[in-house]
Amino acid sequence: MTSNISKDVLMLMLQRMWRIRHFELKLTEMYGAGEIGGVHLYIGEEAVAVGACAAMEDSDYIAGNHRSHGHPIAKGANLKKAMAEIFGRIDGYCKGKGGSMHLADFSVGILGESGIVGSSVPVATGAALASKLEGKDFVSAVFFGDGASNQGACHESMNLASVWNLPILFICENNQYAVTTSYKDTVAVEHISDRAQAYNMPGILVDGQDAIAMYEATSQAVQRARNGEGPTLIEALTYRFEDHSLGLEKIRKSEYREDSEIDEWRQRDPLDLLTKSIVNSGSGTQAECDAISLAAQVEVEEAAEFARNSPFPDESELYKDMFSSEMPVV
Amino acid sequence: MTEKMFMQALGMGISEEMRADPKVFLMGEDVRASVYGAATGLHDEFGDDRILNTPLSENGFFGAAVGAAAVGMRPIVETLTSFMWVGMDQLVSQAAKMRYMFGGQATLPVVYRAVMYYGGGGAAHHSDRSYPVFMNIGGLKVVAPGTPADAKGLMKTAILDDDPVIVFEDGTLLGTRGEVPDDPDFTVPFGVANILRDGTDVTVVSIAGSVPHAIAAAEEMAKEGVSVEVIDPRTLVPLDKVTILNSVAKTGRLVVADPAAKVCSAASEIMSIVGEEAFWDLQAPMQKVASKQVHIPFAQSLEKLVYPTRDGIMEAIKKTLG
Repeated sequence: MTSNISKDVLMLMLQRMWRIRHFELKLTEMYGAGEIGGVHLYIGEEAVAVGACAAMEDSDYIAGNHRSHGHPIAKGANLKKAMAEIFGRIDGYCKGKGGSMHLADFSVGILGESGIVGSSVPVATGAALASKLEGKDFVSAVFFGDGASNQGACHESMNLASVWNLPILFICENNQYAVTTSYKDTVAVEHISDRAQAYNMPGILVDGQDAIAMYEATSQAVQRARNGEGPTLIEALTYRFEDHSLGLEKIRKSEYREDSEIDEWRQRDPLDLLTKSIVNSGSGTQAECDAISLAAQVEVEEAAEFARNSPFPDESELYKDMFSSEMPVV
Repeated sequence: MTEKMFMQALGMGISEEMRADPKVFLMGEDVRASVYGAATGLHDEFGDDRILNTPLSENGFFGAAVGAAAVGMRPIVETLTSFMWVGMDQLVSQAAKMRYMFGGQATLPVVYRAVMYYGGGGAAHHSDRSYPVFMNIGGLKVVAPGTPADAKGLMKTAILDDDPVIVFEDGTLLGTRGEVPDDPDFTVPFGVANILRDGTDVTVVSIAGSVPHAIAAAEEMAKEGVSVEVIDPRTLVPLDKVTILNSVAKTGRLVVADPAAKVCSAASEIMSIVGEEAFWDLQAPMQKVASKQVHIPFAQSLEKLVYPTRDGIMEAIKKTLG
């Protein structure tokens, strides 16, 4: 895809995509070494979060899902705090109380993630409601999967956002499988973006492997939202290169994807595609791109070391944060 | 002080806090028309932007309230107890857990007003007394006023509080009258029980709609020379166990009256605390006067058998006296 995107944005996107990729390759290695438990990998889908977040401001809000290491990193989260959280350590984003599925950094507009599929969609809708009621110009975006797109919470939120004309982006990461079940067996329309018609909002189908396409589609939707023109549903067609979660292959009893299908999608690795676009358009050299990858790898190694050295939360943390002020222990 | 209905007192609490803070807004089904009564006049005073009619999408708008609160608004959501089941995921997975799960980053000043109709032939889908469920979840403050003054004072405290609060508005009390302070600075703190009547022989802890029955039972027992102390905990999370334990230490006898179904009721928890912490103060087995463990039947001949009554509380008091 050709584009007028500035070099700064292209390089920022490449940096964040490499941060996510190296972060999760490191998690895979650490899972193999028994350092962490099973987590949900985003490998193969990095262009969706990064392309979308690059089109948003720090003051905008996002909410994620169970497969959500990528969203905070795309929004600018700190790798050390994210890694420490996955290790369950006190220096993690949530002091070790949330873990892999609940990374959150309110300071950069990450309203957190939800282990219950579809459950963060109403929350992000509420942030958009606040923006409208207060006359602010921040927008809200929520990332959810093809599986979540069948949840009532998702449909209720899209309807609510449309009737109230809220500044929100519903970004469906259609990685095509809810654990092992193909969306073709569970979604009644050909494209999830077709559902937008029912809620009287634009529905846009985007190549989710292409960070530049994601950036451009999101930019337009953000502009609409800021102009008071309401919500947009973006379906990013993508693919998860790995299994639903690390370790699932040991417990599931049958295959659900053809090797040829996996190989075909791996040919469209979002990092390769973005690197080629950058080099071919003359926005940057292969050497510059390689340096970004290497730097991200170093950051991830530092984050892993930070996480390993951070202490576990001690007993004094057990009851903290149940409420905003101390309550009697029952 | 002015005499007000319980329902009006709730509305006073809401409107005073809406006047005081532009970040407070109310949303729910048919709130503009105030079909449940407490929101009467609010749409006229505060307009479309602060009184929002919602679609019938409890999961959607319960969760939207969480998101709005997370970024600094102070939403009030109006619903019925029986409709809360539809939006349970947002109440439990988001409102209750978000603060803890995110290590204290989320502050959620959201109030869910749960109108609790029962006793009027509403049948099983419109008669839930569900507060014990929410006591069990954690992360939610659970409020159940028993008098008009507390209805106003606790509503204001709920709106001012920085945590998710569910205010259970007992339908059998909505038409009751009482003196209500006019002072806009009047509030009732959470976690402080109200001793409605001093006594020395038996402690009766009564919750929400059982409060008038407990007072009536105490008045009757006084005629027989029995001195009954009536306590309304007012908030179930946090629960003022000290006031209850002190009373039991004085009387040695405990009856708990609770309109919720008997199994794992609020009464169950209160009696468990007294059993664990004040067993040696007891001179007789504790008595639970809760609703029968059945779904609410439509026929009046059956429904009237379900809930705590004055006579049922008196019978329990007599049991503790042997």
